[in-house]
Amino acid sequence: MSAHAGNLHVVPTAITSLIGNTPLVEIRSWKDELSPQVRILAKLEGFNPAGSVKDRPAWNMVRRGIESGALRPGKTIIDSTSGNTGIALAMIGAALGYPVKLVMPANVSRERKRIIGAYGAEIVFSSGLEGSDGALLLCRELYEAGRDSYFKPDQYFNEANPEAHFLTTGPEIWEQTAGQVTHFVGSIGTGGTIMGTGRYLKSRNRDIEIVAVEPDDAFHGIEGLKHMASSIVPGIFKEQELDRKVGVATDAAYDMVHRLARAEALLVGQSSGAAMVAALEVARPLDRGCIVVLFPDFGDRYLSTNVWMAAR
Amino acid sequence: MSVQVRIPTPLRKFTGGRDTVEATGASIGAVLADLDAKHPGLRERICEADGNVRRFVNLYINGDDIRFLENLKSPVKDGDEVSIVPAIAGGL
Repeated sequence: MSAHAGNLHVVPTAITSLIGNTPLVEIRSWKDELSPQVRILAKLEGFNPAGSVKDRPAWNMVRRGIESGALRPGKTIIDSTSGNTGIALAMIGAALGYPVKLVMPANVSRERKRIIGAYGAEIVFSSGLEGSDGALLLCRELYEAGRDSYFKPDQYFNEANPEAHFLTTGPEIWEQTAGQVTHFVGSIGTGGTIMGTGRYLKSRNRDIEIVAVEPDDAFHGIEGLKHMASSIVPGIFKEQELDRKVGVATDAAYDMVHRLARAEALLVGQSSGAAMVAALEVARPLDRGCIVVLFPDFGDRYLSTNVWMAAR
Repeated sequence: MSVQVRIPTPLRKFTGGRDTVEATGASIGAVLADLDAKHPGLRERICEADGNVRRFVNLYINGDDIRFLENLKSPVKDGDEVSIVPAIAGGL
């Protein structure tokens, strides 16, 4: 599949084939506070082509939809999303030629809205006061009113969401750590990442601890995360499969975002900040361990949000 | 001054489930004090111990962010709509 153009070796590539195989980097700034036998490795999902971990489930849900016949030419892809799944679906829709319509709370970041618009997708806003559950309910209404013209990936209830991580994220982590991983730390939005990755890692070594990160309170500012006790619980989320949950305060997550940018040269989003706070909480009491923490995206799409605008 | 305050879902446990409540005051700061008197505990969810608005909370007067007005000193007038909106969404 290669062609020669002068001296350049050009390989035509479908953008969707670049999803996954993201790098794992060591976080070193807290080494003095940890046992020398403890390592923290961050999986940088911002390296996916549309910029977040959500490329994986979005692509797998669309792929499965095409395979089953649920998605076919003439249909519009519709879903509710706080942004990253929307960005991923917008990219995939543009790549495959499907129109995309996305319902999201009006208070998602300006960058996200613009990125989605840039890919040509249509956005419908739900009330910022109602959060992601408001978007979920409005999307259901739109879908019910035009079932035949829509394909709804339904990330909160579609097993192809966690399956994406069972097929890719989990195996990548296993291989990148040569099977040495002892803990996986991931945040909960739909639960897809933590469920699918956790299942795969447990299938290789049942002693690997799966640690889910969530906001410490229903009223929080960690974009992308769900506080399960006060939310519509996604159908794909099975709390009994987790070993542990760690609640993180919004202020701690925001402070960590600032610190990671300066100390590790990693400008990440607030959900990564929350995950890192939890990873340290897991790491501190350990004598030995290899902790993999998933950073869902980079921070450039949050520069207009409270994490930076209201910086102290 | 009497204003309508729109309450986000996670804070409605303080308002008996109501999504809009009435409060009085000449500034946002005074409105928050009145809200807290009527719905004890609400202000400490919105403000830090030092009284400033928490980083992830946005307060709007008729859609204008008070950070771009006069913060807690921003004046309000009869009939204004104040919204308390967390900087959140959800769905990783």
